[in-house]
Amino acid sequence: MLQYYEPEKDYGTPPVQSSEMVSANIDGVSIEVPAGTSIMRAAALVGIKVPKLCATDSIDAFGSCRICLVEIEGRRGYPASCTTPVEEGMQVQTQTPKLAKIRNGVMELYISDHPLDCLTCPTNGDCELQDTAGEVGLREVRYGFEGENHLAAEKDESNPYFTFDPSKCIVCSRCVRACEETQGTFALTIEGRGFDSKVSAGGVDFLNSECVSCGACVDACPTATLTENSIIEHGKPEHTVLTTCAYCGVGCGFRAELKGEQVVRMTPWKEGKANEGHACVKGRFAFGYATHPDRITSPMIRDSIDEPWRKVSWDQAVNFAAQRFRKIQQEYGRNSIGAISSSRCTNEEVYLIQKLVRAGFGNNNVDTCARVCHSPTGFGLKTTLGESAGTQTFASVAKTDVAIVMGANPTEAHPVFASRLKRRLREGAKLIVIDPRKIELVSSPHIRADYHLPVNPGANVALLNALAHVIVTENLHDAEFIDQRCESEAFSEWQAFIADDSQSPESLEQATGVDPQALREAARLYASAPNGAIYYGLGVTEHSQGSTAVMGIANLAMLTGNLGREGVGVNPMRGQNNVQGSCDMGSFPHELPGYRHLSDAATRALFEAEWQVDLDPEPGMRIPNMFDAAVDGQFRGLYCQGEDVAQSDPNTHHIEAALGALDCLVVQDIFLNETAKFAHVFLPGASFLEKDGTFINAERRISSVRKVMSPLSGKADWEATMAFANALGCDMNYQHPSEIMDEIAKLTPTFHGVSYSLLDELGSIQWPCNELAPEGTPTMHVDEFVRGKGYFAVTEFVPTEERANKRFPLLLTTGRILSQYNVGAQTRRTENSTWHEEDLLEIHSHDAQERGINEGDWVGIQSRVGTTVLHAHISDRVKPGVIYTTFHHPVSGANVVTTDNSDWATNCPEYKVTAVQVSKVNEPSAWQARQQKFDRRQHQLLKQATEDA
Amino acid sequence: MSQRFFIPRDTTAVAVGANEVANTLAAVLSEQVSEATIVRNGSRGAFWLEPLMEIETQGERVGFGPLFPEDVADIVALSPADRTEHPKYLGKLEEHPWFAGQQRLTFARSGLDDPLCLDAYLSRHGFDGLEHALHLPPEDIVDEVTRSGLRGRGGAAFPAGIKWNTVLQAAGDEKYIACNADEGDSGTFADRLLMESDPYMLIEGMTIAGLAVGAQQGYIYLRSEYPHAWEVMHTAIAKAEAAGYLGEGICDSDRQFHLELRLGAGSYICGEETAMLESLEGRRGVVRAKPPLPAIEGLFGKPTVVNNVLTLAAIPTIMAGGAEAYAALGQGRSLGTITLQLAGNIKNGGLVEVPYGATLRAILDQFGGGTRSGRPIRAIQVGGPLGAYLPEPLWDTPLDYEAFAAAGGMLGHGGVVVFDDTVDMAQQARFAMAFCAEESCGKCTPCRVGSVRGTEVMDRIIARESLDENMALLDDLCETMELGSLCAMGGLTPNPVRSALQYFPEDFA
Repeated sequence: MLQYYEPEKDYGTPPVQSSEMVSANIDGVSIEVPAGTSIMRAAALVGIKVPKLCATDSIDAFGSCRICLVEIEGRRGYPASCTTPVEEGMQVQTQTPKLAKIRNGVMELYISDHPLDCLTCPTNGDCELQDTAGEVGLREVRYGFEGENHLAAEKDESNPYFTFDPSKCIVCSRCVRACEETQGTFALTIEGRGFDSKVSAGGVDFLNSECVSCGACVDACPTATLTENSIIEHGKPEHTVLTTCAYCGVGCGFRAELKGEQVVRMTPWKEGKANEGHACVKGRFAFGYATHPDRITSPMIRDSIDEPWRKVSWDQAVNFAAQRFRKIQQEYGRNSIGAISSSRCTNEEVYLIQKLVRAGFGNNNVDTCARVCHSPTGFGLKTTLGESAGTQTFASVAKTDVAIVMGANPTEAHPVFASRLKRRLREGAKLIVIDPRKIELVSSPHIRADYHLPVNPGANVALLNALAHVIVTENLHDAEFIDQRCESEAFSEWQAFIADDSQSPESLEQATGVDPQALREAARLYASAPNGAIYYGLGVTEHSQGSTAVMGIANLAMLTGNLGREGVGVNPMRGQNNVQGSCDMGSFPHELPGYRHLSDAATRALFEAEWQVDLDPEPGMRIPNMFDAAVDGQFRGLYCQGEDVAQSDPNTHHIEAALGALDCLVVQDIFLNETAKFAHVFLPGASFLEKDGTFINAERRISSVRKVMSPLSGKADWEATMAFANALGCDMNYQHPSEIMDEIAKLTPTFHGVSYSLLDELGSIQWPCNELAPEGTPTMHVDEFVRGKGYFAVTEFVPTEERANKRFPLLLTTGRILSQYNVGAQTRRTENSTWHEEDLLEIHSHDAQERGINEGDWVGIQSRVGTTVLHAHISDRVKPGVIYTTFHHPVSGANVVTTDNSDWATNCPEYKVTAVQVSKVNEPSAWQARQQKFDRRQHQLLKQATEDA
Repeated sequence: MSQRFFIPRDTTAVAVGANEVANTLAAVLSEQVSEATIVRNGSRGAFWLEPLMEIETQGERVGFGPLFPEDVADIVALSPADRTEHPKYLGKLEEHPWFAGQQRLTFARSGLDDPLCLDAYLSRHGFDGLEHALHLPPEDIVDEVTRSGLRGRGGAAFPAGIKWNTVLQAAGDEKYIACNADEGDSGTFADRLLMESDPYMLIEGMTIAGLAVGAQQGYIYLRSEYPHAWEVMHTAIAKAEAAGYLGEGICDSDRQFHLELRLGAGSYICGEETAMLESLEGRRGVVRAKPPLPAIEGLFGKPTVVNNVLTLAAIPTIMAGGAEAYAALGQGRSLGTITLQLAGNIKNGGLVEVPYGATLRAILDQFGGGTRSGRPIRAIQVGGPLGAYLPEPLWDTPLDYEAFAAAGGMLGHGGVVVFDDTVDMAQQARFAMAFCAEESCGKCTPCRVGSVRGTEVMDRIIARESLDENMALLDDLCETMELGSLCAMGGLTPNPVRSALQYFPEDFA
C-alpha cells in the first residue's frame, strides 16, 4: 500500500460496458475489447501507450490535441485513437514515420506557445506535456518564441488551494470537461475562439466563480496550469499511501502523497469504489488541520476546570483518569460512569471503547454520536428490512430511473455522491426533491428537479403516508413483490391504514404544506419507474418521528418493489465517515457488535468467553440519559472520544449544565474543542493520517485507513484507549489494529470474512462478508430480506409538540454547507473558512420585511429554551414561515435554541424543527457573550499549561 | 392598361439601390391614372444587372437594368413599342443570353414573384414534390434521392441519399433535420438568394426530408449576417404553417413537421456541421470529433440529417420530376446542376446554375465578361477561402467533383472568386492563414496554433527572411495542418497556400 510516487495509469478514455466483444490488431498485438472501446484504451490495456494530451480516462474523448493519431489499414487519413472505436478486424499502427512527423509538428506548435521553464516549474517531472514532448522526440522549435503567445498571461491565485497559471495552458479543455462531466458544476468554460481561446471561470476569478473547489480540474490538468499550492510550495511527492477520507459518509479512497511524513497532496484514488477518482474541497484540500498549531500533542490533567492545565505523561494522565473513575464508581455505583465513542474514529477504536465500557466499567453506558444523527435509520431499517444499513452501492445510482432525495442535501454534505447523481440526472433520470428548502438539486446548471415538494418541517411522515396512499389507491404498487417478499398480514393491516382517506394528499395538505396535485404526480412518477431509489439524510431522521419516517421510506420501497437489485433501494446518506461503522461496532447501550441485543444470552456468552468477564445484560444509558443523570448527580464520570457534545448536542444550556456537573470528564480529541473546555483529563487524539484502522461508509463499505505520519502525541487513539483500559485494570494487549479487526471478525457474523489482508487484496469490502459472501455484499436483500419477509410498519403521523404558534411563529431548521464539516473543528482550521466564515440565518424576504430585517442585520433567534444571534441572509431558498441556519461555528449557538425533543424510538434529537421568533437586535446574545468569555478563559488556562515534573 | 412592375427586394439588389428605384417608381406611378402595381420580387441572381426592373404588360414581361432612380420616369413613360430603344432595355430575361445559357432547376422560380406569395409558389409547381412524397413510404423517398445522385452542396459532396438512409435506419423516434444556412464562404450567396427569393422551396425540401427519415422537427441555422433572409424565412415559415404545409397534419395528412429558424452569432466555423450542431444546442460553436456521425448522434444526440440549403432545395425538383430526370444532367458522379456564384474581380457577377461538366473557362467566357478592372485574369479561387487558387492552365478542368479534386482543387459551395494580374499571391497565401487564425474555433492545435504560426511564417517569407528555412517550415506546417487538423477548416487551409506556392512561385522568390 506504500509505494514510490508515480501517476496512476491512465487508459485515455473511460471503460465501455458492452456485451459484444470486438477483436483487432494493434502494432501486431491481438486485442479483444468491448465494442465501443477506443483504440487508445484498447492499446493501453495491452501496454501500448499512444502519446496523448487531451485524453484522460475520467472524461469522454474529445479529440483536440491531435497527438494520438494512428494509421488504420484501409482507412483514409490519420484518425485520433481516442475518438475512434475499435472495429472488428481493424489493423492499427500507432508508430510510423508519418505519425512521428505529424506528432512532432503538433508538439512543435504547442511548445512555440509555452514557457521554457521546466526546471523551475512546479510540475517538473510530473507533466504530461513534458513527457509527451519526450515521447515524440521534439528537438527544436523552428517558429522561435517571438510570435504571438500567452506567456504573459496573469496567474489567478484567488483560490487558497490551487493556482491557475494560464501561461502554461495548452487549451486541452480537460479542466472544463472535468468540471462538467466529473463534478457536474459547469463553472469553467473556454472563452474566446481560435488562438484567443482560454480557460475561464465564467469571466471572474476562481474564488468568485461558481467553482466549488472540488479539484477535479486540477487533477485533470496535464500541465502546470492548474496546480495545488502545496505542490508549488513543496514539490513533487516521493511516495504514496492509500487511505480513506475522514470527512463525510461517502468515504472516498485517497492516495496520500508524501515527502517523508509530510502530506503534500491528497489525490482521490481511481480504484476507490466509493468515489472512483473524484473528491470534494474537504477531502482533497482540507487536510491542513492535522498539523495545525492548535493541535494538542501532550496529555493534560487538572483538578478543576477553573485551573490551568498540567501537561503530563501518558501514564500519569491515564492513571489520573482511572483513579477518578474508580473512585466515582466506589462512591456512586457501577453505573455512575460511561463513555461516548466517535463516528470519526476507526472501527477498531470504537470497538475498544465499547469493550472498555462493557468489560472495564462493568456497565453498558456506551453510546455514540450516531445517537444524534442516524439512530432512527438503524431502528427503522432493522424493523422493516432486518438490517440497520443502506441497501446499495453508490454506483447503483447509475442505473436509477427516478431518484427521491429527501431531507438530504448531497451537493453540500455528500458532494462526491452528488456528482454521481447529477451525472445520472443529466443522462435523463428523473428527480423528486422533498425538502423544506430549495436545495441546489432543485435547480442548478443542467439539473432541474421534476418535482420539489417543500414539506413543512416536522411533516415528513404525513408526506410519506400521502405518497404511499396515492400508490396504493391508484393501484400502482408491485403486488407480486409484496406477495412474495413481505409479511402479508402486516401488509393488509398497513394497507387498510394507508388507503384510508385520512392519508390522502388532500387530507394531509394542511400538515405537509405541499400541493396535493404535485404530490400525486410525484408518487406516480416514483411508482412507475423501472428503478426507483430513495436517498435520505438527517432531514428525515432528526425528528420526533424520525424512526417512523425511516419506516415510511422502507414501506415505499417495498410497496414499489424497489429493493434487491441495482438502481433501487433505501439509501441513508450517512453524515460522518464512520457512522455506519461505529453503529456496527456495538456502540449503542443495548447492542453488542453486529446489532445483537444484550438480552441475547448466546451472543453475550460469546463475548464473555472472549473477554473473560461477565456482562451486564441490562442496556445502559443513552447520551441524553447520561446528561440528565449528570444534572441529577447520579452520573459523574464520562470518557468522551472525538465528539464535541457541547457544540453538537441540542439544548446547549442543558449540556453545559451536565458537563459542568461531572466529577471527571475525560476528553480525547485532536483539539481543545468546546467539550474539552469542561474536561479534567485531556488525552490527545490522532488524526486519520496518524493511524491504521478501517472506516465503514454509507454503502457498508469497509475501507482501510493507513498511517502516513507518526501520531503527534506518540499514541494513536486505539493505543490511548488501551492505555486507559489497562490503567483501569481491564487488560488489553493489541499490537496492531488488525488484531482488533480479527477479534471483531471472530465475534461478529456479518464480519466473519473480514481481515486486513482481504482488505489489501480487494481494496474495500461491503459487509456482510462471511462464508456466504466471501467478497462482501454490494446489494442487500436480493432474494429475501435479512429479516425473512419485509415488514410494513404502520406509520401514523403524530405531529411534533414543537409547533409554531403566535409567540414562536417560525420554524427553524438546520443543515450543512459544502466547505465546512459539522462542528467545524477541522475545517475551521483550514482555508475552507474562506468560503464560510460564519453561520448565517437564512430568512425569506416576506418574513424579513415583516420584521424590518435587512440583509446582514443582527437577528435574535428565540426558542422556548434559548436565544442566539446571527447575521441575516435574505433568500428565497426557504419558504415563508421557515428559517434555516448551519451549525459549523461554536459561537453561532445553533443548539442554544434547539430543544430536548427527540425521536420516540431512539432519542435522536429533533434538530430539524424548532419553533422560534426572530427580531432585529444590536448585538450577540447573553449566551454568546458568556461563551466568548468562557472560551477566552479556557484558552488562557491552556496557555498557562505547565509541564509536570 | 394594367401593368405590373417588378423590383427585387433581396439583399444585393437593395445594396445597389433597388429601394430607391422602387420609391421613385411609386412616386412616378402615383401621378398616373392607369392601373399599376409594384411587386417586390426576389432577385434572379444577375447581380450585375441590379437594380433590375421588369414591367409586365398584357402577359409580356421585359426588363431594364441596371437602373438609377433617375432612369425610372423615362422608362415608365415609354410605350411598349418604344421600350426596345431604351439603352437599359434587356428584353425578356428568359431570352437574355445570360439566363438562356443556364439550366435552372433549383433557381427556376428565383426572381419571378413575390417570394412570400404562396399562390405564386403553388402556381409554379410549388409543393408538387411534397404532395408526391406524402404518398410514398420513407424508404421510397430516400431511394428517389439516392437514385438522383444528389450530393451535398455545402462543400463535402457526400451523397445525400446515403446520409438520409443512415438517419432513416438509425434507431430512435426522435430525429432532426438541420439545414445549414451559415453560408460563410467568401464570394458565395446562393443560399441567401434562395432563401430570399424562393423560401417555400427550402421549406418543402426540409419537410420532405422529415418525411423521408422520420423527423418531425427541423431547424434552419441561419447566419446572423443575413437579416433579410431571416425576415423572409421567418414570414414564410409562419405562412406555410398557417396554410397547413408545416406543423401538424401537413396537407391534411396525418404527418407532421415543425420548423424553427435559429440565428447564428457570427462565426465561420459554425458552418462546419458539428460546430453548427453545438451552436444549435446553445453551446459554443466548436467542432465535434467524428465518429459519431451526426446521422447517428447529431442534434441533441439524436440521428440528424445535416444538409446545406441548396441540397435540401434540390429535393422538391427531384421528387416532382423524378430521380432520372435529375440524374440525366451532369456527368460521372456529379449529377444535376451546379450553382456557381461569380464574384471577386468580375464584370458580370451573379448566380449561374448549369449542369455539372462544363469547364470553368467556358463558364467565365459565357457569363463572366472578363474582370471588372478590365485587366487579364490571373487566378481564380474556386470553392471558398479554403479552395485552391487555379492558374490559367487549370481553367479547362470540368466542373465535376472528382475532376476538380484530381487537379488539386475543390468545387466546395460553388464560389468562384476572380483575381486580375495585380494580385500578390504571397499575400493571398498569408491571407489563407490569417483567415484560419481569425475563424478557427480553437479546439484543435494544428488549426488554433498552426494558423497563427502560419501567418507569422508567411510574414517572414514576404519579408524574404531566411527564405529557404521558412519555406521548408511552411511546407511542414501545411502538412501538420492538413493531416492533423480535427476538421476541414484547418485541414484545407493549406490548399490555397500550396496552390499559390505551386502555381505562382514567382511571387515568393
